Amino acid sequence: MIIGTLLSSPVETDLKITAIDGEKNLNVKLRQYGLFIGDQVRVLRLARLGGPVLIEANGREIALGRGIAGKISVEAV
Amino acid sequence: MRFALIGQPNCGKSTLFNQVAGYKAETGNFHGTTVSFTESKVRLAGEVSHLVDLPGTYTLAGTNPAETETQRYLQSRQVDVIINVSDASHLAQGLDLTLELMALGRPMVLALNMMDEAKRIGLRMDGPGLAQELGIPVMPLIASKGQGVLSLFTKALSQSRQTGPTSMKVQIPQEDSLRHRLAGELAAKYVNQGERRLTLRDRLDDLLLHPVWGYVFMAFILYLFFQVVYGIGSSIERPVLATFNGWTDQLLQKVGGQTLGGELIFGLLQGISGGLAIALPYLVPFLFGLGLLEDIGYLPRIAFLMDGLMHRLGLHGKAIVPFILGYGCNIPAVMSTRILEERQDRFLAAALAVLVPCSARLAVVFGLVAFYLGPLWALAIYLFNILVIAFMGRLLSRLLPEETPGLIMEMPVYRIPTFKTVFGKAWFRVREFLVVAWPLLIVGSLALALLTYFNISPALNWTLRPVTWLLGLPAETGVPLIFGVLRKELSLIMLRQALGGADFSTVLTPLQMLTFTVFVVFYIPCLPTLAALRRELGTRSMLIIAGFTMIVALAAALLTHGLGSLFL
Repeated sequence: MIIGTLLSSPVETDLKITAIDGEKNLNVKLRQYGLFIGDQVRVLRLARLGGPVLIEANGREIALGRGIAGKISVEAV
Repeated sequence: MRFALIGQPNCGKSTLFNQVAGYKAETGNFHGTTVSFTESKVRLAGEVSHLVDLPGTYTLAGTNPAETETQRYLQSRQVDVIINVSDASHLAQGLDLTLELMALGRPMVLALNMMDEAKRIGLRMDGPGLAQELGIPVMPLIASKGQGVLSLFTKALSQSRQTGPTSMKVQIPQEDSLRHRLAGELAAKYVNQGERRLTLRDRLDDLLLHPVWGYVFMAFILYLFFQVVYGIGSSIERPVLATFNGWTDQLLQKVGGQTLGGELIFGLLQGISGGLAIALPYLVPFLFGLGLLEDIGYLPRIAFLMDGLMHRLGLHGKAIVPFILGYGCNIPAVMSTRILEERQDRFLAAALAVLVPCSARLAVVFGLVAFYLGPLWALAIYLFNILVIAFMGRLLSRLLPEETPGLIMEMPVYRIPTFKTVFGKAWFRVREFLVVAWPLLIVGSLALALLTYFNISPALNWTLRPVTWLLGLPAETGVPLIFGVLRKELSLIMLRQALGGADFSTVLTPLQMLTFTVFVVFYIPCLPTLAALRRELGTRSMLIIAGFTMIVALAAALLTHGLGSLFL
């Protein structure tokens, strides 16, 4: 079931990326960091002061700015 | 014969390069450090061949300058063998790039690096099976310990002697996401995950990235960092300065102060002691400490914690790299703006990075303010500097059109720094000081000696009189400020010389010391930095940034002069 975006999802739960909206090159940029639609991810941590979201995707930890995390919609696995 | 090392950021490519080619490339645990590629000759099985360390890239179709550079290189020159270095504990993502490289059809070897770490987190690799399926050799490697390096290169050599295109067993899909899925399947097939133990990184990050404790630890680590640098620096500065002053006095008695010879000797000793007593004692511990933070992998943690604040400067967390490097030296800081994809981010990050006080300016701050007014005043200058940068960031980002896209940054594993790498990196930058800056320091001091002997300096001082008068500084500070554009340390060393080499407190009031230092911290970046700005952003941007720093320096120094007079 749809949870929302990476920004609004609970921590430490397995999620699947369903869509990446936002202009085209965001999709390309995320792909460069090995983040694809359909990948399984977990939110590890949320920084204070409007800071980034730390997620884990295929063994790697990637920090995403809030703006970007808000554009990645996920569903629970 | 030319080998090209290519792999994703943080896979240990440069560590491997340095194992083979001796210390040439800068390595760091923060991706984006090896910005332009480095080439070196290597002796292998009696044959001399070229080894190239390309910038880390996740994919050949990269957009940021560091990634486009790799792609341009691979397609342009004759690369005989591609050595694809991959982080064994993140094989799925590494294989994505491997498949892209295999599509080029060049002779190729895949090296699974950091096997020790993969074993530690319970991963078991079936290298031969993977090699069989991919149709290219797969070699285990622990670059930091030098294990498997020789067998990797001999295999690469034999691979290059194979005629005809590589027999591609696996069908490589063109479409990105299909290739990504294939890489994932291959990794799943040939890597089995033992029990997933909580790694050191998870436990440490619970503390160092904690919403509250993270900032406390960061402040403590940075405070400790400055105290150690200041402690080592001043403990060396006092005795060395004393011995040099002793020699100078003895020599001047013999030769007589006022003669040309006397002035030149005075200048020479000032230049030498300036480097030894004032610049080096602070530079070496600073660069060593910075190298440690970089190698351990703590810098990205600072970027993570600072991203929220950086937004207020119109930048995102990754722009923290130029800032932190800037405290060492503005040149690598300006160069590292390349990891930012948008040109506007690069301009803004570079403009702010040159306001960051480099280790040369640190020597001025510590040598003058900390030494005579105490370390708290020095810390005040650094905090004031950060406030000015923050204010300028907001101002500039409002003037520039579009909004920055936001942070995407990999959080590397913590690594126990290898002494060889940290020492090598610090030495790489100190050597630049010894070979370029110190001789310039000595030449500058000799030039000032000539200027004072033929007393031309009053004329030069006159040209800067409006500035020095406005800031309530003695006229003699004009020439040191001019020479400070050559190298920042020159401004302090030549100030001492210009004011007769005596103890500063007898010739400058505390307020004057503070104003002079604040002005030096902000005003026009040194010549080599301007050259780096021109290389990265073009002449027009360089001139704009140079002008910008002059305005900021004048404003900050005037503010200090005004406010300072209330306290000092």
